[in-house]
Amino acid sequence: MVRGRALVLRGDDIDTDRIIPARFLKCVSFEALGAQAFADDRQELAGRHPFDQSVHAGASILVVNDNFGCGSSREHAPQALMRWGIRALVGVSFAEIFYGNCLALGIPCATAASQQISLLQDAVAADPSENWLLDLNGLTFSGGSVSEPIQVASGALDMLRSGQWDATGQLVARDDELTRTMDNLPYLRGF
Amino acid sequence: MSSGTLYDKVWDLHRVADLPGGSTQLFIGLHLIHEVTSPQAFAALEDKGLAVRCPQRTVATVDHIVPTTSQARPFADPLAEEMLSTLERNCSNHGITLHGLGSGRQGIVHVIAPELGLTQPGMTVACGDSHTSTHGAFGAIAFGIGTSQVRDVLASQSLAMNKLKVRRIWVENKLSPGVFAKDLILHVIRSLGVKAGVGHAYEFAGPAIEALSMEERMTLCNMAIEGGARCGYVNPDQTTFDYLHGRAEAPTAEAWDRALTWWRSLASGADARFDDEVRFDAATIAPTVTWGITPGQGIGVDETVPTPEQLDPADRPIAEEAYRYMDLAPGQAIAGVPVDVCFIGSCTNGRLSDLQAAAAVAKGRHVASGIRAFVVPGSEQVARAAEAEGLDAVFREAGFEWREPGCSMCLAMNPDRLEGRQISASSSNRNFKGRQGSASGRTLLMSPAMVAAAAITGQVRDVRQLNWMTSDD
Repeated sequence: MVRGRALVLRGDDIDTDRIIPARFLKCVSFEALGAQAFADDRQELAGRHPFDQSVHAGASILVVNDNFGCGSSREHAPQALMRWGIRALVGVSFAEIFYGNCLALGIPCATAASQQISLLQDAVAADPSENWLLDLNGLTFSGGSVSEPIQVASGALDMLRSGQWDATGQLVARDDELTRTMDNLPYLRGF
Repeated sequence: MSSGTLYDKVWDLHRVADLPGGSTQLFIGLHLIHEVTSPQAFAALEDKGLAVRCPQRTVATVDHIVPTTSQARPFADPLAEEMLSTLERNCSNHGITLHGLGSGRQGIVHVIAPELGLTQPGMTVACGDSHTSTHGAFGAIAFGIGTSQVRDVLASQSLAMNKLKVRRIWVENKLSPGVFAKDLILHVIRSLGVKAGVGHAYEFAGPAIEALSMEERMTLCNMAIEGGARCGYVNPDQTTFDYLHGRAEAPTAEAWDRALTWWRSLASGADARFDDEVRFDAATIAPTVTWGITPGQGIGVDETVPTPEQLDPADRPIAEEAYRYMDLAPGQAIAGVPVDVCFIGSCTNGRLSDLQAAAAVAKGRHVASGIRAFVVPGSEQVARAAEAEGLDAVFREAGFEWREPGCSMCLAMNPDRLEGRQISASSSNRNFKGRQGSASGRTLLMSPAMVAAAAITGQVRDVRQLNWMTSDD
């Protein structure tokens, strides 16, 4: 369940180099990344980028188009979005590694058909002050008089609903099974 | 659903457990780390009070941030220095082997693991870098991961994964002279698009694939991710085994013979079922160049920049953005477009055969006036092998700079970068806006031989027109 104001970023194939340019990856902690999200796009648009507009300050749900987050595996991308304030994304589709990186941070990436996304983007843009609800139980994204069904893959949905998106604990807990798997791998026992 | 493919076999062997929520815990046979995506993972591990589960199954090197001119420590850039010293400290604290600068084994992570024989058929390979798909060239299942997943592999030598579908990319015939694996993969991505592979592993197969060398297969699998496929692979065969034999970490003596038997059993069988299949004819592929801002915006060097009318309606908005950003007009020939900077290197095309192909073009010629051209070997081993056969001298005499190994201008996390609106001919893998270090810099992706041809002529040029022959033609 994510509640908040939303903002729109239009365009297919928005890659992780655009979300966080590589020069900002020179860091040993993710903390400073929020201010650097979309740095080059924002510079190019000189204040007209949605992330720079005061009406969107404090927004927490990003509505995007197709294949968002393609390219590099850098978790710095969702980290930058999260530290800017994004708590959920809604779009037509997401690149695979980006999707997994978001999930590892507890950020849902919900999908809807292209027509629904267009409609949602228009509705969000029409009134930036509207409060939206991404409902992971009812699987809807709604605000004002608009409500559209969304999809979240079942495994991710279970993790997000139960709050158990941090996989480490589950993985560490199955060490006996891990050892059995290792014992059966030819390359770990001299072939 | 696929069955009997190499992907299915390797997946089944590495399955640890089914996890609540439907994902699978998958054992990771080889974990590669570098200085950019690992520091936060080690910090998170320590926050949780966890140890590294199998330190001997993680191998580290430094590649993204290293300067390619002077590699003397400390680096001039204090942030780069901090990242490398953090990696050194983490590896030392946790008993992880680090192939550092000057070790003779340092280089781009996807170049060194194969050349050391670390990457082997039938393994699962993970690394916090999307070009980990490279290792699929050996018949490994290899994929990029984020930093939280790096933490998970360090803690448990495993990952929570969902099984992919398997698409077979069958390539008939043989690539023509002057056409390389880079052209093949750019052609595949151009044809299928940059997101067609999402949710899929790509199995590359067919006569044209079997004819590729290991280094060419690495180029091919490296860019599977640019087509959306997190992992791409080639079934292991005699070419694979010949490459691995005698490598530092490859099995020896009787273990080698047993390994061969197992490796041979891994290939997708005649009865393998794929989720789908796409066919290409290698003989029809021309040297391919990207004109836009995604790796899918590629065309044959003899073609023109597509007009909106020639494109699928869904592809038009990003094409419009690309015309503006690249300052290229619809209908304009790509051959003849002037370039400023020529870069040969990267995990896609920084191996010995790549440098040999570029040197064959450069030999006896000279870089055109006003062009900055440089060659960055993929690893210390590649550099020494190239120097042993005099390639550094060929490049220097032709007016190229000969550098030290690293990721260099592929992603410009180091001093190598474009300035302002400069346009590069680049043997790397991504032409995204701003990718090569300038927010308005422009990138044309192509093969190393094509980059050399661009350097010599100062413009995009069909390498086949340069009266050029490889040594084995």
